[in-house]
Amino acid sequence: MSSKSQSFEASVARLDEIVQRMERGDVPLEDALKLFEEGTQLVAACTKLLDEAELKVTRLTKGADGSPAETEFTDDAALS
Amino acid sequence: MQQVYEVSQVNEYLKLRFEDDEFLSAIFIRGEISNYKLYPSGHHYFSLKDADGAMRCVMFKGSAFRLRFKPKDGMKVVAFGRVAVYPRDGVYQLYCEAMTPDGVGDLHAAFEQLKEKLQAQGLFSLDRKKPLPAYPHRIAIITSAAGAALHDMLRILRKRYPLTEVKLLAVRVQGEEAPAEIAAAIRYANRFQVADLIITGRGGGSIEDLWAFNDERVAYAIADSEIPVISAVGHEPDVTIADFVADLRAATPSNAAELAVPDQTELHKTLQAKSTFLLTLLQKRLKQERQRLLALASARSLRSPVNYINDRRLRLDHSHQRLCGASAQLLSRKRERFVRLTAKLDAMSPLKVLSRGYSMATDGENKLIRSVDAVSVGERITVRFSDGAAITEVREVQK
Repeated sequence: MSSKSQSFEASVARLDEIVQRMERGDVPLEDALKLFEEGTQLVAACTKLLDEAELKVTRLTKGADGSPAETEFTDDAALS
Repeated sequence: MQQVYEVSQVNEYLKLRFEDDEFLSAIFIRGEISNYKLYPSGHHYFSLKDADGAMRCVMFKGSAFRLRFKPKDGMKVVAFGRVAVYPRDGVYQLYCEAMTPDGVGDLHAAFEQLKEKLQAQGLFSLDRKKPLPAYPHRIAIITSAAGAALHDMLRILRKRYPLTEVKLLAVRVQGEEAPAEIAAAIRYANRFQVADLIITGRGGGSIEDLWAFNDERVAYAIADSEIPVISAVGHEPDVTIADFVADLRAATPSNAAELAVPDQTELHKTLQAKSTFLLTLLQKRLKQERQRLLALASARSLRSPVNYINDRRLRLDHSHQRLCGASAQLLSRKRERFVRLTAKLDAMSPLKVLSRGYSMATDGENKLIRSVDAVSVGERITVRFSDGAAITEVREVQK
């Protein structure tokens, strides 16, 4: 079960880790450059995720076997 | 002659008299509860009393079901019902159909009672509160599909954090069925792990409208939920039991949506700040490296390239010397050998023989004459000595 929010959260966590490692300053210069590059890419990816996201709403009902069945839900009030 | 009646006849008579009396058929009576007993049948038996008297009361299961508080001895109440005779015991009693605590509204009393009960069970305790996920992946919203509350929440979630997914569990949020439906939806969401955060609530309304969220079934479902729950009932001043049990109380449904997710405007800012910070860190690092490099470069050996070259030149000279030494040795060994060989050669030289007094003769073609047969009279031959040669003419040949 992966969602956009999950990958966003994971990216932010990785970004924090990178910042911490860079802050400690005990990584070799070459690695620091790589970390910086990775961090910059993560920022770009996160920004893109936010910019392109659309709220997904589904309605859960009890399926025949009792497990959840999903149907698309349209927020009528939002359209009017 | 006086007529004699059976007990039951009299009781039956009184029963009818009571029933005919409109005053007794629908009456509100104020009093204090005593001798309260709840039978396994579900019927409630008690007395209502005041300073000067008492009256037996019964409240059948069917009516008691609608009670919004738990009757207790000593409680002052207003009971509604009809007063009638119970022929078996020959007593009259109040057949109570409804009862409210006297002085306060019964809803309020029920609220306070349930609150007290749940508090005593530790359901409101702060260490029961679960932390909310920082970035909810899925939010289960348990509310009416038609309400403005849902629309408000969706609008705010869409604006703040559209990365999340909403799972709507539509339920009735008022009326008798509402508490059971809300509680069931909360348990369902947990059973199938449909979300990592639950918001349950509804828009504003009267205290009766909001009553489902003061139901203990809802309270226990929230308390049992492994998924963190935000309660979002009514407007700011409305406080429900659900609010106390929930992991977080939101003042309104809109507020719940705001509390549930981070704001992307803030996230954008944070990301930008992190990006800038990373750049600063890298620049700082590069500056440090540059300084380190400068420090190294100022070391004596590296101050100028000439030193480096001189070092190398010295090493080269040294190597050259070693090489030369080795060559000279080799040369002298060769020379010694040469001298020895020369001496040997010298010993075998014809000149050496000649120097001992011998001489040798060669013909005109400078070939060695080894036999007298090779010469003829009158031929010129050369006779070589150790120190020179004489050109001679053969006068005669002897054999």
